Amino acid sequence: MASLSKPSVPRFSVEVYQNANLPEGGREVNAIVTVTATGGPGEPSPSPGSFSSGGHAPDAAVVIMVDCSGSMDYPPAKMRNARDATAAAIDALRDGVAFAVVAGTHQAREVYPSGGRLAVADATTRGQAKEALRKLGPGGGTAIGTWLRLADRLLSSSDASIRHGILLTDGRNEHEEPEALRASLDACAGRFTCDARGVGTDWEVKEVTGIASALLGSADIVADPAALAADFTSMMETVMGKEVGDVSLRLWTPQGAEVLFVKQVAPTVEELTDRRVAAGPRASDYPTGSWGDESRDYHVCVRVPSAHVGQEMLAARVSLVLPTPDGASPHVLAQGLVRAVWTDDLAASTSINPQVAHYTGQAELAQAIQQGLDLRKSGDVDGATAKLGRAVQLASRSGHEDTAKLLAKVVDVVDAANGTVRLKTKVSEEAEMTLETRSTKTVRVKK
Amino acid sequence: MSQLPPQLTACPVCHEPLEPADNFCGGCGADLSAVPPLPHEARPGGWRQPDTPLVRGADDYRIAPPAGGVPAQPAHGASPGGACAACRSGMIDKDGYCEHCGHAQPRERDHMEHESAGVAAVSDRGLRHHRNEDAYAVSTTDLAGGRTVVAVVSDGVSSAARPDEASAAACAAAHGALVEDLERGAPPREATHRAIVLAAEAVAGLATAAPQPREHERYRQENAPACTIVSAVVTGDLLTVGWVGDSRAYWVPDDRATQPARLTEDDSWAAQMVAAGLMSEAEAYADERAHAITGWLGADAYEVEPHTASYHPDRPGVVIVCTDGLWNYAESAEHMAAVVPPDARTRPLECARRLLTHALDGGGHDNVTVAVLPFPAPHEGAGSA
Repeated sequence: MASLSKPSVPRFSVEVYQNANLPEGGREVNAIVTVTATGGPGEPSPSPGSFSSGGHAPDAAVVIMVDCSGSMDYPPAKMRNARDATAAAIDALRDGVAFAVVAGTHQAREVYPSGGRLAVADATTRGQAKEALRKLGPGGGTAIGTWLRLADRLLSSSDASIRHGILLTDGRNEHEEPEALRASLDACAGRFTCDARGVGTDWEVKEVTGIASALLGSADIVADPAALAADFTSMMETVMGKEVGDVSLRLWTPQGAEVLFVKQVAPTVEELTDRRVAAGPRASDYPTGSWGDESRDYHVCVRVPSAHVGQEMLAARVSLVLPTPDGASPHVLAQGLVRAVWTDDLAASTSINPQVAHYTGQAELAQAIQQGLDLRKSGDVDGATAKLGRAVQLASRSGHEDTAKLLAKVVDVVDAANGTVRLKTKVSEEAEMTLETRSTKTVRVKK
Repeated sequence: MSQLPPQLTACPVCHEPLEPADNFCGGCGADLSAVPPLPHEARPGGWRQPDTPLVRGADDYRIAPPAGGVPAQPAHGASPGGACAACRSGMIDKDGYCEHCGHAQPRERDHMEHESAGVAAVSDRGLRHHRNEDAYAVSTTDLAGGRTVVAVVSDGVSSAARPDEASAAACAAAHGALVEDLERGAPPREATHRAIVLAAEAVAGLATAAPQPREHERYRQENAPACTIVSAVVTGDLLTVGWVGDSRAYWVPDDRATQPARLTEDDSWAAQMVAAGLMSEAEAYADERAHAITGWLGADAYEVEPHTASYHPDRPGVVIVCTDGLWNYAESAEHMAAVVPPDARTRPLECARRLLTHALDGGGHDNVTVAVLPFPAPHEGAGSA
């Protein structure tokens, strides 16, 4: 059944950017791997609310988790906006997509369709679901782990290849231990993907970004509740544009080699090294979630055994793999080769590939922002100034205008090129949280 | 290793100062990649005839059609399957790497040998380069007028794209043209000149007929494929050489009491400095620019000027045709003669291997290719040992 309804898998391509030349005794090989998926139904319909008209239905199941804790009533507009945003997301569901709505407090409650089931989107079910939203009212605490576990139960009743959650919260996860949330995330990782949104400014950035990171989704701040509907619509349209789920990045490395790190570096920095799953001799898989028409970049760093000058080695074979339903050897979607060539030509071995240099800078930029904001919160003015100054310098150098603008709301920039900044004395919570939430967004290298 | 000329510091057309990365002049817009390192009129005048007592002048020779063929010049790339040459335990994947240790497998061009009556050749990757960018093409043909031996050796320019393809194309084109022209009875010097011109066209054609750039090299600017060339033809008692670049031919007589000679004059910075009397040989070759070549085959070559010369050696000996991977370790004719074994003429393959070993023992910093042609060519039926 799944194979019959499965939409055509997009065409994947892999490009490798690296300087393969190593000096005598050199062991570390860096490469940027660009993965591009094309050939799907194209961009989803841009007009919000134009349900059932935007292209064919993806083989997908979606659960929307709406925070209904007591704080959603302050101001009352927040709950109303959340309801409207959920309705907008429901409108963006294409016919045939399985879906459910969950109300989240210190426990999780099925709002629609209930009974541990998913509904199949059509004009009737969309109407019923929006009707059910009227019953949503604030009251209770916040235990996000319970919301995720319910979403997982609901999604597991579907055999859709793309299983996705959309989670909205306005406050801290106060009614369960951090360990409980961690355990829920571990239990859900790899079972469905999830976008997370924080509305207002009373939520914890690291909680929301942590959920999105663990579940391979996006995280963002919606400081003004009035902007929620547009955000939910665009999130749902992105999900509707997905064509294939459970894609893994497979890395083969030679005997004696060690994978130092694997990072997604575009569109956001996402550390994948620790998510390694063994996949046969000398191969590991790193989950990448679901793909629509899109392109992502990965930074792979491998330490290989040294070889003599004049020798050449395959340092890594990078492939995109899709598991087969019967557990047979996975389908290889595309692959690229990372090479190592030992040379005594110093000019060749010392040059740094521009892509590698660019993303090394972008990863440092994300880290500098996070460290700078942490130091600022802990009252270390000098440390925060140094880190945020470095961030301004890196953002300016790489032409990352969005991040440069966000930084300028937190620091007064004296000299962007040299990274000279002063901390602003008054910083809005919104500015600080926006910068922190979006710190991992990167710009691509100018080709 | 052959190198393209050093970076220009000023535009050769309008003398505007240049940045190292400039591809075009900022002043007049001249295409700097198409300009030779020294303006043509400023080159030191001509090349010297080797100072050798062997020269008696060239003659025309009528020869019968050849019977030999071009030795295969296989593309590199190991066939899948089979065990790894590095770790002996892994199998080879379709990309030519070991599935266990990842090592690239020896390619067919890493080490090649050829022996036929009248000529032997060896080409080797050396110890410091990851592939062999040299090539050769040799053959022996029995014609009515006697045995005709042709040897062509080429060295791909490493700083250009696909140097291995350039050298292979040059050898195949030059060898094919030589055999064809000699078969038609063309004078060897004329045939050599035409063969080098055709080889130049073949290499220039690679630039336009370029396949998809290799993935990992896409960021690198594509330099037109380029290479050197040197050829030797033995017809009866006539020896004819031709060359462009810094690959060389030497004459080493059996009787070591008589003088050996270098038969070619490099198209190189050092050779031009010496020829122009601007530097002593020792000074010129000590300079880091010494090996920059001033003539090569390729789409970006300013003007290919094939050099040819004919000799009538008056005693038996061998002709050594080689790339700088060998002569870097035996530069002078005397040094080369000292390395060539005494029985080189009767065992040319052994001689070629001995010369390769000499280069590898010296460090093997470059690809090494050498062809050995006994003179006079052994009689028909004499065969090789």
